Amino acid sequence: MNRIDFDNKVIEMKNITKKFGDFVANDNIDLTVHKGEIHALLGENGAGKSTLMNVLYGLYEPTSGEIYLNGNKVDITNPSIAIKNGIGMVHQHFMLVETFTVVENIILGMETTKSLGVVDIEKATKEVEEISKKYGLYVDPNAKIHDITVGMQQRVEILKALYRGADILILDEPTAVLTPQEIEELMQIMKSLSNQGKTIIIITHKLREIKQAADYCTIIRRGKKIDTVKVDEVTEEDLASMMVGRKVSFNVEKEEASRGEVILKVENLVVKDNRKLNAVNGLSLELHKGEILGIAGVDGNGQSEFIEGITGLRPIESGTVKLNGKDITNHSPKEIIDNGMNTIPEDRQKRGLILDFTVAENIILENYHKEPFSRKGRLNHKEVSNYAKELIEKFDIRPRDDKHIAGELSGGNQQKVILAREISNDPDVLIAAQPTRGLDVGAIEYVHKYLIEQRDKGEAVLLISFELDEIMNVSDRIAVIFDGKIVDILDAKEADEKTLGYLMAGGGTIDEAK
Amino acid sequence: MKQNRFLIVLLSILFGLIVGAIVLSIAGFNPIEAYGVMIKGVFGKPKYISWTIIRSTPLILTGVSVAFAFRTGLFNIGAEGQFIIGSLVATLVGYFIKLPPVIHPIVAILAGCLAGALWAGFAGLLKSKFGINEVITTIMLNWIALYFSNFMVFTEGFKRPNKDASHKILESASINILGKWKTSEVGKAFLKDNDFLRGFLNPPVNYGFIIAILVAILMWYILKHTTLGYQLRAVGLNKDAAEYGGINVKKNIVISMMIAGALSGLAGAVQVLGVSKETAVLATMEGYGFDGIAVSLIAGNSPLGCIPAALLFGGLKYGGSKLQPTIGAPFEVINIIIGIIVFFIAMPKLIEIITSIKDRKRGEKVGNIK
Amino acid sequence: MEILNDIGIIIGISLMYAAPLMFTSLGGVISENAGVVNIGLEGMMTMGAFAGAAAAYFSGNPWIGFIVAGLAGGALALLHAVACVTFTADHVVSGIAMNFIGPGLALYLCKIFFDGAAMTLPLDLNHKIPRPLNNILPPDSFLNSVLNQYATVYIAFILVFLVWFLLYKTKLGLRIRSVGEHPRAAETLGVNVYKMKYLAVILSGVFAGFGGAALSTAVVSNYRASLVSGQGFIALAAMIFGNWKPQGAMWGCLLFGAAQGLVVYLGGTSLKVSSQILAMIPYVITIIVLMVFVGEASGPAANGLPYEKNQG
Repeated sequence: MNRIDFDNKVIEMKNITKKFGDFVANDNIDLTVHKGEIHALLGENGAGKSTLMNVLYGLYEPTSGEIYLNGNKVDITNPSIAIKNGIGMVHQHFMLVETFTVVENIILGMETTKSLGVVDIEKATKEVEEISKKYGLYVDPNAKIHDITVGMQQRVEILKALYRGADILILDEPTAVLTPQEIEELMQIMKSLSNQGKTIIIITHKLREIKQAADYCTIIRRGKKIDTVKVDEVTEEDLASMMVGRKVSFNVEKEEASRGEVILKVENLVVKDNRKLNAVNGLSLELHKGEILGIAGVDGNGQSEFIEGITGLRPIESGTVKLNGKDITNHSPKEIIDNGMNTIPEDRQKRGLILDFTVAENIILENYHKEPFSRKGRLNHKEVSNYAKELIEKFDIRPRDDKHIAGELSGGNQQKVILAREISNDPDVLIAAQPTRGLDVGAIEYVHKYLIEQRDKGEAVLLISFELDEIMNVSDRIAVIFDGKIVDILDAKEADEKTLGYLMAGGGTIDEAK
Repeated sequence: MKQNRFLIVLLSILFGLIVGAIVLSIAGFNPIEAYGVMIKGVFGKPKYISWTIIRSTPLILTGVSVAFAFRTGLFNIGAEGQFIIGSLVATLVGYFIKLPPVIHPIVAILAGCLAGALWAGFAGLLKSKFGINEVITTIMLNWIALYFSNFMVFTEGFKRPNKDASHKILESASINILGKWKTSEVGKAFLKDNDFLRGFLNPPVNYGFIIAILVAILMWYILKHTTLGYQLRAVGLNKDAAEYGGINVKKNIVISMMIAGALSGLAGAVQVLGVSKETAVLATMEGYGFDGIAVSLIAGNSPLGCIPAALLFGGLKYGGSKLQPTIGAPFEVINIIIGIIVFFIAMPKLIEIITSIKDRKRGEKVGNIK
Repeated sequence: MEILNDIGIIIGISLMYAAPLMFTSLGGVISENAGVVNIGLEGMMTMGAFAGAAAAYFSGNPWIGFIVAGLAGGALALLHAVACVTFTADHVVSGIAMNFIGPGLALYLCKIFFDGAAMTLPLDLNHKIPRPLNNILPPDSFLNSVLNQYATVYIAFILVFLVWFLLYKTKLGLRIRSVGEHPRAAETLGVNVYKMKYLAVILSGVFAGFGGAALSTAVVSNYRASLVSGQGFIALAAMIFGNWKPQGAMWGCLLFGAAQGLVVYLGGTSLKVSSQILAMIPYVITIIVLMVFVGEASGPAANGLPYEKNQG
């Protein structure tokens, strides 16, 4: 680790506190990073790690605390100051203007101009090409953002920072949208950048990546700093228990599955995305009773369109979907729900809940038109409330108030409301799309428990997730989706990460992988 | 939260009146005197009160129309056009079709509602079928309605000779309260001895106000207590989630626009059958629909809230009309006041900041006592 | 030759009517490209119409009127910007407020300055916006009918080019558009989002004010309550028709101008076409265009969304 210059404290954040109203996102946090170091910030969702970095980047002003860069105290009140001080940030949700070209995105904010304020686009293009050559980050400078892949977009983000002469790079959850192979590439890029003297902070909740790439790791839990450790000296288990605050078992306990007959049969499904391209492209799949079938894949390989297609939210171009032997292709969402298929949607705030409705109103979303909740078009508020209270109790939704506004619940409790609603419908098929995204460990365990319970009742569960660990731990069988098709199906017990990664990257079938 | 909203509206009204006072004093008028004139202009005589109510009636209905659409996430800027179409059709039915009293106005009103519903439903259809923003289409439809109404009024057989207006509706279609009785010998004799009633009945008092209140209550009930209302609110608050829950979003958009259109059409019909009795050639928009937007915003998009909001609005407008003849202050100060009220209602964040500063100061004091 | 001459007259009238719309519509283009919906153009245009006519009347100089009109429109737009940008108001609601305040204030001031009259006193013909090509082209010729226009018509066309140049060629334009598409991205790169939005909204008010003056000091020679009545909304429609682009907005305005030109022209002939039906046509066409080009007419990605700094 001689690339790290221990005499040179590039970043020192002292006693940083950031409050949003009454909520303390960062509570008196210290952070020291040396030149050339790859420093990981580890914490659960909502622990406050992104907030801390947004403070460093000038997007948030700290409520109190001080920041020193190279030993000098600085007041970073907006991103311009951060950029001037050589800080660059790659955000989790890319900050790219979709309708602009790669070059336009990179130069925005520090455009070189000719006379009359005209942007000198030729010169900028040349500069961008030079930097991408220097750091080995190839991109097409004249392509529009909405035409390039997610991996390419991430490169544009890194180039944006380097173009501004960044010496410190903050990467916020950079691997969430990448394939295992792309992640590998990113790790290499990070190492090469650090060899060239750049300091890198990576925000993540993935332990393996920290072990793989980081030198030091600072753990944050509920807004407080727990510790900074040398990565070589700790195990993944140590990191996990520091992150969560208790011992965590990585393995989900479950009995052997007893597979029954086929309940959901999808054949040669084709579904278009918003750009009118075939996002699902001849997908076929069979889901049995009494099993959890996991669908592994990198974001953007047609998962969302697949779910929306079979649940009636998006038109199916061709192919068939049969539920319990009945053709439900292009039926309305209502008919599909009434036929016994329920969904935990991938975006709980967009699709799953009406945030301004009360918990009770959300719980009857699929049943408001049925007795006893309504009769002849009139709602029976009392019955609705009683039913909601029953589920709130059963699923341990907090607070215990059926009139509470759904948008004011925590993420975990919001997910419980959805889970309660969908499972109480007693579906033959439960589709769970990214069911644990953004939840903390306790809530994740809770959701997994219910999915497995559903399976043990003899019902079918289709689990779609970008988290490979989740797929491997919870599923009985694993189907890998790539480019809108299922490339292969494996028994979960035989699946290993390397094989799955190979398949997820479009490497071909399992036989070729071996 | 509800209480907070109410506070925001009250403060906005206060700010509106303050700015109005400033505008008046800059021009050399005494604002206290001006507001005094307005208050007297509304409550001073029984007939003023009835005029204020008459003025407010169409605004309740266009206000509820806008509010109802708002609750489904739709911005019905087209209340104006729906009003025009509603009044045109009510006039047509009121003039050309011969029916007995009681039945005649009911038919004319229903025809006006239906016309407004179809007119607005078209915008709803364009939104659900083609995804075209209803703000744009309803603005277009307002102007199309205006020119179409003028075109019809200019048609021979409908146009009243030597007048830029249609024929008057038949007496059987009128919805005036005691309309005939007022001018009969018995009525005149009775009213002679009753100053209050005489004054109150002097203006074209009509059943419109009662209709408007009943309709506002009905819309409140639909939104709050029916499955239709549940669906409409779900679509308005989060159409993606509503769709996912099995609610037909497109259908509900059209239904909501049609109901909103029916209400504005009703406003137009009531205005014709109760007050104007004719459709005049319009050089420009009369503003019932636009005023309805302001009413709805002041009411926090609650149908019941539209009743006091419209009365406030009607009071300001009618009371304001006394400014020019008495103290010479231009009536338009009223539009400025209304604009400022809407302006502040648009910025709940500002008012929250103002009230929270107050709270914080209070908090500090408590701290000091400790 | 008579037909050609008649066509020339129609084109001439169309251009004259299109010019005020073009100014206002360009205002809309700038504001909405920065992500602020400006339904208040109508009110700003009305303010401009009054201020322009009044200032031109009192100063005897139409150009002073023109500038004052821009300032008046810009002042009202500043209010809109404060609401929408600083206090994250709903843009449409604030715009509605502008449409009460603008026309209300215009008529109020008019009555104060002009002894209670609901219109300003008419400008002398030589105090109106001049026609640069007057008496240069042969009278009654096609070219004269088309090109002998008020200077505002020429300025409007120049402005179309300038706004296009500003938005698509310059640094400022890149930043304005980035703020309308993805304000957070722009902010992370050090672009001052609020400043860009303020600038764009105020400029839109200035342009709308110009549009009002182009009506009250060129098309006619005074301000009156019914002068603008809805043209701000038409300009807005033209902007949407033109897919939020300056050149597109220009075509939209020319369409509306042509319809008005036809109405005026046919009014002077014995042709039996209802002027009411004719006046409807551009609105119908706009709806049809929206139906046909649906999906493309969506505007900037973050248009109309309130933007708050410092929010998680």
